[in-house]
Amino acid sequence: MTGEQIIFLIVALFTLGSALMVVTTRNLIHAALWLVATLFGVAVIYALLNAGFMAVVQVVVYIGAIAILFIFAVMLTRKDLRDNTPQTNKNWWAGALVAVLTFAGLVFTLQGWSGFSKTAAAIPSGFDAISQLGEQLTSPAAYVLPFEVASVLLLAALVGAVYVAFNKK
Amino acid sequence: MIPLSWYLILAAALFVIGLFGVLVRRNAVAILLGVELMLNAVNINLVSFWRYGDVSSMAGQVFAVIVFAVAAAEVSVGLALVISVYRRRNTVVADELDLMKW
Repeated sequence: MTGEQIIFLIVALFTLGSALMVVTTRNLIHAALWLVATLFGVAVIYALLNAGFMAVVQVVVYIGAIAILFIFAVMLTRKDLRDNTPQTNKNWWAGALVAVLTFAGLVFTLQGWSGFSKTAAAIPSGFDAISQLGEQLTSPAAYVLPFEVASVLLLAALVGAVYVAFNKK
Repeated sequence: MIPLSWYLILAAALFVIGLFGVLVRRNAVAILLGVELMLNAVNINLVSFWRYGDVSSMAGQVFAVIVFAVAAAEVSVGLALVISVYRRRNTVVADELDLMKW
């Protein structure tokens, strides 16, 4: 077992453990903080995949913006967090069953795929993933249209969120 | 080297943990936390297929960037809805939001 594999296993166990805490812990502030831990684990996974830009974006956008937004939302709806009421609905076993069956189905389907256990080819020397990503996101021959649609979507979400959460009184 | 299967199984496990959270949590904010976990699992898949496929085609990372944008839009509108609902009905428990139920 190489050092890379050991690092992967530690990070994967950390990520999955904190993800389990996100869905099971009673206190929602703690759940949001466990989500931050999970997102850090995913950022390390990106770094292991040689996607440094994605790791940085994960930390800046997910942890810096989305997780903080969650903590604000939890604090704004705090009154409802009585710790004596159950945090899961009474059909939780059915949800667990669906989750386990989905996992089994996914692993079973993946196992039959020929590329399942392939290893990564070395990245060619002189290949700059970040400049490639920037060029492809702005080149009309590649992905400029999805990029612009994503910016329109963000603007629409911004306007929509302000409109929905605005207190009209 | 790490085989592709490890990343795919990690992503599958993260996805089903998020799915479990979405299915069983009563608090609407906690349901959105589960959705975030699922989106992250999808992103791990996209980036690992980029790394293990053709590195010079950036499609996997481009898709992951767009998933980031969609996730940000989803969470901002979702939390705005939760806050608006909380203001009007004084609850964020998904079971009690049955105004549009038959």
